[in-house]
Amino acid sequence: MKYRLSPFPHAMQRYLLSRLVQSLFLLIGVLILVFFMVRLTGDPARLMMPREASPADIAAFRAAMGLDRPLPVQFWEFMRGAVVGDFGNSLHYRAPAMQIVLERLPATLELAAAALTFALLVAVPLGIIGGSNPGSLWDFLARTAGLIGQTVPNFWLALLLLLFFAVNLGWFPTFGRDEAKSVVLPAVALGFFTMGQLVRLTRSAVLEIRGEDYIRTAYSKGLPTNIIYARHIFRNAAIPLVSIIGVQFGYLLSGSIYIETIFAWPGLGRMIAESVAARDYPLVQAIAFFTSAVVVLLNLLTDIAYAIIDPRIRYGQ
Amino acid sequence: MASSQADPARLYDDSLPEQSWRHKFGSAGRLLWRDWSGLLGLTLFITIVLSAVFAPLIAPHDPARQNLRASKLPPAWAEGGSWEHPFGTDTLGRDLFSRIVYGARVSLTVGFFGVLIALSLGLLLGLTAGYYGGRVDNVIMGVSNVFLALPYLLFVVVIASILGRSLLNVILIFGITDAPLFIRITRGEVLRIRKSGYVESAISIGASRRRIIFSHILPNLIGPLITVATFEMSAMIFYEAGLGFLNLSVPPPTPTWGNMLASGRQHLETHSWIATFPGLAIMLTSLSMNLLGDWLRDVLDPRLRRAKK
Repeated sequence: MKYRLSPFPHAMQRYLLSRLVQSLFLLIGVLILVFFMVRLTGDPARLMMPREASPADIAAFRAAMGLDRPLPVQFWEFMRGAVVGDFGNSLHYRAPAMQIVLERLPATLELAAAALTFALLVAVPLGIIGGSNPGSLWDFLARTAGLIGQTVPNFWLALLLLLFFAVNLGWFPTFGRDEAKSVVLPAVALGFFTMGQLVRLTRSAVLEIRGEDYIRTAYSKGLPTNIIYARHIFRNAAIPLVSIIGVQFGYLLSGSIYIETIFAWPGLGRMIAESVAARDYPLVQAIAFFTSAVVVLLNLLTDIAYAIIDPRIRYGQ
Repeated sequence: MASSQADPARLYDDSLPEQSWRHKFGSAGRLLWRDWSGLLGLTLFITIVLSAVFAPLIAPHDPARQNLRASKLPPAWAEGGSWEHPFGTDTLGRDLFSRIVYGARVSLTVGFFGVLIALSLGLLLGLTAGYYGGRVDNVIMGVSNVFLALPYLLFVVVIASILGRSLLNVILIFGITDAPLFIRITRGEVLRIRKSGYVESAISIGASRRRIIFSHILPNLIGPLITVATFEMSAMIFYEAGLGFLNLSVPPPTPTWGNMLASGRQHLETHSWIATFPGLAIMLTSLSMNLLGDWLRDVLDPRLRRAKK
C-alpha cells in the first residue's frame, strides 16, 4: 500500500462520495414512490377528476394527460420530466407545478426557520442548565418541557394560542403573513414538538458527557469549571444536536400542513392540504418530491457538517 | 449554574453526602419522579383503555344523537352549563363527553392495530435482513431508508387522500409506513446479538438457525421493541387525530378526536370548549404512553439505567 502523509482528506472524500451516491438513490426512490402513489387506486384519471365527472370526461382527461399510454412509457416520461423539474401543470392553477411550488417555498422556509429558532432558543439553554444540575428545579422544568413538547398535538396548540393570544388578548394577528409579528404564533405552535425533542437531547447529552473520563481529567488538571463546560461539555453536546437538525426540519415541513392551514399562512403546507382536497395531484406530486428533496439535501449537509466536527465519523467508515 | 459543580467528586459519586438542601430535595425528587411518572402513565393508560372498552356504560348519551335545542351548551362548571352534559354539547347538540369517550375507540384501535402490523412486518423483515444479510439485506434496507428519509406525515396525508377515508385504510397506511422503523431497530439488534459470544458459541456447538433465532435473538429483541412500540402507538394516535383534523380519517358520524377538533375549530372564537376537550384527550393519551414508554425503557434496559445515573 502506498504511504500517505495524511489519511484525512482521503477518508473524507470517500465518506462524502458515498453519502452523495446514497442521497441520489434516495431521490430516485422518492420519485418512484411519487409516481406510483397516484396509481395506488389503479386509475389516476378518475382520482384527479371531480367525483361527478362523466366517463366520457374521464376518458378525454386520460388521453389529454397521456395516462392511456403503457405504464413504462409513462414512467419514463415522468422521470425525464422530473430530472429537469417538470412535474406537469397544476390542474387547479393551470400553470407549471414546479413554478407554483417555488413561489410558495419562501413562506414555508421562513416559518420553519422561525420555528427551529424558537425551538433552539428555548431548548438549548434549558437542556444545558437541566443537564448540568440533575435533580434541581431547572432539571424538573427541562424534563417537563421535554415531555409536554412531545405530548401536545401541534394543531391543538395552534388553536389554543390563536384563542388566547390573538382572539382574547389581541396581541397577534389571527391569520396571514402581512406583519412581522404574524410569524410568532405559527412558529411557536410548529416548533413546540421540536423544542421538546431538543430539550431531551441536550439534557441527556450534557448529563452523559459530564461523567466521561476526559472531564475527570480536565478537573484533575485543575481547569476552572466554566472552562470545562465551555470547552469540553458544550462542544461535545453540540454534536448530537447538529446531527438531528435535518430530521427535525423534515418534521417541521410536515407539521406545516396543519399550522399553515390554521393560520392561513401562504406556504407549501397549506397548499398541500388544499391540493389534496381539490384533487390537484400533479401539484401534490411536485410538492411531495420537492419537500423530500429539501429534507434529503439537509440530511446530507448535516452529515457533512457532522463529519467535519467529529473526526470519529469519517474514521468509523 | 456552573459554580455549584465546583467539586468534581460530586460528578462521579451520587452516594456522597450532600449538604445543600437543594440537592437533598432534588435527589428525593428524582426518585419520586421515576416511579411516580411510570405509575401515573400506567394508571392513565389503563383508564383510557377501559373507558374505550366500556364506552356504552360510561357515556351518558348516545354520541351520535343530535338535539338542536340543546346545541352549543357550555361545560358543566361554566355559566349556563349543567351536569346533564359535563363537557357541554357541540353545534348539533351532541354530548361532547360521550363523543370523547367513544372517540377513544377509534384512536386506540388505530394505534393498537397500526403498531401490531408495523411490529410484525418489522420483526419479520428485520430478522431476515439482519440474519441473512447480503442482497436481501440491501433490498430491505434500501426501501426502508427511502421511507425513513421522507417527510413522513406529508406522505401519510397524501396517501390517505388517495386511498379514501376508512378505518381499515388508516390502519394499513400507518402499519406499513411505520414498519421501516421497526425493521431498522430489529436489524440493528440482530447484528449486535449475532456478534455476541453466546451466539457464536451456540453456532459452534451446532445449534440450528431456528434455535438461535427463537431462543437467543428473539428474547433479546422484546425489550427494545416493546419500548418503541409504546412510543409509536402514541405517535399513531397523534397522526390519526391529525388526519381527522384534515377530514382524511374515519368519516363522520363516527366520533373521532380529530374530526371533533376540526369541527370545533370552526367555532373557536365563540364556543372554544368544542375544540378544547378533544385536544385534551389526545394530550392525556399521548402523555400516558410517553410516561409509560420512558418507564419501560428504564425497566427493560438496565444498561441504560446504569448509564443514566
